[in-house]
Parts: sequence; C-alpha cells; structure tokens
Amino acid sequence: MKHNFAFFRSFNRLRIATVGTIVLAFGMFAISQAPAQNQNDSLDKNKKSPYAAMAEAPEKAREKTNPLVGDSDAVAAGGKLFEQHCAECHGQKAGGTRHGVSLLRDEVQQATPGTLFWILTNGVVRRGMPVWSKLPEPERWQIVTFLQSLTRPSLTRQSLSGPSLMPKPASSQSETSEPRQPSEARDIPKVAAPQ
Amino acid sequence: MHIKTHSSMLGRALVPSGRHRFPGHFLVALVTVTLFLFFCPAPTLLAQESPYIVTYDHYLEEPGSLEIEYFSTFGTQRNGNDFDAFWTEFEYGATAWWTSELYVAGQTTFNDSTIFTGTRWENRFRLLQREHVVNPVVYIEFENTNAADKILKEVEGHDVESDYAVPNGILRKEHDHELEMKLLLSSTFKSWNVALNPIVTKNLLPSEPWEFAYAIGASRPLALKASPNRCNFCRENFIAGVEMYGGLGDTQSAGLHDTSHYLAPVAAWNLPSDWTFRLSSGFGLNDNSHRLLLRWGLSREFAGFGELIGQLFGARP
Repeated sequence: MKHNFAFFRSFNRLRIATVGTIVLAFGMFAISQAPAQNQNDSLDKNKKSPYAAMAEAPEKAREKTNPLVGDSDAVAAGGKLFEQHCAECHGQKAGGTRHGVSLLRDEVQQATPGTLFWILTNGVVRRGMPVWSKLPEPERWQIVTFLQSLTRPSLTRQSLSGPSLMPKPASSQSETSEPRQPSEARDIPKVAAPQ
Repeated sequence: MHIKTHSSMLGRALVPSGRHRFPGHFLVALVTVTLFLFFCPAPTLLAQESPYIVTYDHYLEEPGSLEIEYFSTFGTQRNGNDFDAFWTEFEYGATAWWTSELYVAGQTTFNDSTIFTGTRWENRFRLLQREHVVNPVVYIEFENTNAADKILKEVEGHDVESDYAVPNGILRKEHDHELEMKLLLSSTFKSWNVALNPIVTKNLLPSEPWEFAYAIGASRPLALKASPNRCNFCRENFIAGVEMYGGLGDTQSAGLHDTSHYLAPVAAWNLPSDWTFRLSSGFGLNDNSHRLLLRWGLSREFAGFGELIGQLFGARP
C-alpha cells in the first residue's frame, strides 16, 4: 500500500526527529534536576520551607490516629518499606539527600501521624515527591510508625515489645517526643535475608 | 530450526529494504545496552508495579528512575499463523508529574518470519498535584510502526483478528505514523485500584479516521500489610486483577460492530530483588477476537539513573 507522506518529506523528518529527541532529552534531564536544585536554593536562602507542604494537611487528616500503634511488627515492617521505597531520596538513615528532605527534623518528628500519612498518600508532587497511595493503607501506616520511632526510643520499645503494652496517652507521648539530633538517630533496622 | 529462522530474519530486520530503513548498528547497540542495564549491578528500588499490561493507572515512574521492561505476547491466529510479539520499554521518570517512555517492538510469526516492527514514544502527564477520588493523567504517544506490529498494546477502532493473518512480507511494507491519546482515569480506594482509559488514535494521514478504544482494569494486592522480613513469596509481593480492553469503532463507523474485545486476568509479582514479573492471559470475547493472548513481562527499576546521567554532564553528585 502506498502512502503519501508529503508533510514529513517536506521537513526532512529524520533530521527533525534527531534534533527534537536530543533537545527533549536535555530538557527532560534539566527539569528532572530542577526540584533538587530548587530545594537546595530554598534551604540556602531560607525561603519557603520544603516542609511547608505538611501545613497543608487538612485538619481531618491531621487528626487521624495511627491504627498500628502497639503492633509489634509495624516498626520493622515500616523500616523494610522505608528502605525499599523511601531511602533512595531521604537517605538510608532518613537524614535527607539532595533529592529528599531529612525526616529527622522537628517538622517531621513532631508532626501528627495523620499528617505524615497524608503526605505519604498525596506526595509533594511539585517538589518531586511522588504520591504513594499505591501502597496499601496499612503499609503507609507501617512507614509512619517507623518514621516516628526514629527519634522516639520509647515508642520503638513499646512497639517492639508487643501488643500487651497499651499505647501511651497523648500527654505521655508528648513527653518523649523531643526529637534527638540527626546524628543520634538510630540506623534503620536491618531486615532478614529473603526466605 | 526455529532459532535459525529467528536469527536469519533478525538479520533481515537489521537491514530492511525500502524507504524506511532502520539503522542496524543502532538496533545492535540498543540490545547491548538493554542487556547490560538489565543485568548490571546498580542502585535499585523496589517497584510496586501494577499488574496491568494494557490498562494504565495514574501512578508515574519515580523521578530520576529508569525502568526497563521486556514484554511478550503470544497470540493464537485462526486462518493464519500464531505469533509472538515482543517489545522493550525504557521508562524514565522525568519529574513527579511527567514520565516518558520509549518502546522498541518486533514480532515472530510462526512459519513466517521475525521482524522489527517499529518504535513508540509515550509521555504521561499528571494533571493534579494531590490524590483525589479520580486522578486524571494525560497520555500522548507517537507511533512509528509498520502494519506487522502485533504487540496489541491497544486494540483500537475496527481492529479484528483477520487483520493479523496477512503474511509479514506484505504487512511490513505498510508504515503507520499515529498519534495516540488517552485520558487515564484512576482511583485507589480501600487498596483496590480501578482504572479507566478512553483512547483516541489518529493516523497522521489526513484520509484516515479517528479511532476509538477503551481499557478498564481493577486490581488489589493479596496482602495489605508488609511482613517485617524480606521475603520472595509473601502475599504482599503479589498483586492480582483483571483488565478488559477493545475497540469502539472510528469516526466513519462508530460502534461495536467489527470490533474485538478481550478479558484478561492479570497478576504481578514484585520481588524484593527489584524485579517484577507480570502474567496475563487474555481471552477473546467475540468472534473477531484472537482466542488467546498470553502475555508476560519482566522489568527492573534503576533508581538514580537521572542523577548518574546528570553527573556525566557536570552536575554535582
């Protein structure tokens, strides 16, 4: 079957396609590097905080409670999920990289579980964090549990010691919620080898 | 014997005849790079890939990550030879709202030949910043293929089984340049994902009509909580679902007559070692459809690919 490709012939299709592909490839990489650059700029110049998105969480979402508090496996499972999905950008010790903010800072550690869950679910797309709603809700709560255990040893002990220990009341938790310095944060628990 | 046919025909594909020559050295380089990337040790990221092969949900590639995917579709053919179409996808997350993807496709028609069938360049753009009940993503793809393309990634317009019974020698002479647009509507609720993709395709020849199609899918992980240990066979690593896709006619003759439709159970196995395996068996729903489209795919995701390339051009590590 013979076709008339007059449009493409007239513009030297191959040359345009080659030049266009190169230009688009450069553009794509330039844009992909931009969020990290912007983030650094923001930090350096003390402009809008990269944690500002947390303040955008609706009141209803902030007030959500973590259903896995007291789940003996939640911290370890959350640590595994963090290593698989989050550590690439936020660092193996959650201390942050040029692609993702530190999760050891007060802004994160003092946030309510509901706020962290909301950020995980919605991402911060404009700053390069994808939405993670593809993870089932319980897995997102496992990550939240793990994140909050990073600078709260008592919560970790409580979680790891099993469901026999009841969750601490909010007032009690707030006493132990003072975040430690990032250097003091413990490492992500190593998970066992595949079965 | 079959291997001999395959390799000799691959040679023909490398140096095709006619106006639309595809540089052989480029294809060889592409295969080499694919194999290298597939098996080289690299920083990786566990993908939580959906099981869909035809339908798209609203989740894009993570920014800076490159996913290399190989897919195969075995199709039965009445009044012709069965075939195995295969393609490789290079999927790159440019930003959290833009994913770009290059396809390179070929096919083997049994008792006929193995040929290269073309390339596709796809882009997906997330429209909304946050999660909503329904999340729209715009999909735009340019296809540079020949009529022997049998990957059946979309079933459009009045595509029917008999179209694929023509020998490769005839089909490969017809070249198609198409623009394909989809609106990917997807929702995740209670760990169920439901996706609906209305599809519009236009061959760039002015005389060709606009073609319409659809794809619908639903899926869910087998377990909703992660286990504390790394494991290959945990239920959380498996996602199962079903998808349905087919043509809806074109602007000259809209409707379901002379269209084909498929129903396909699908499953994905996301391994902790960063590989994903997908399997789908599509069953034709009417007489115009192939009886069976058995598909499988293997993919691997490379985190930090964009940063690596950026460093080549002088970006700070």
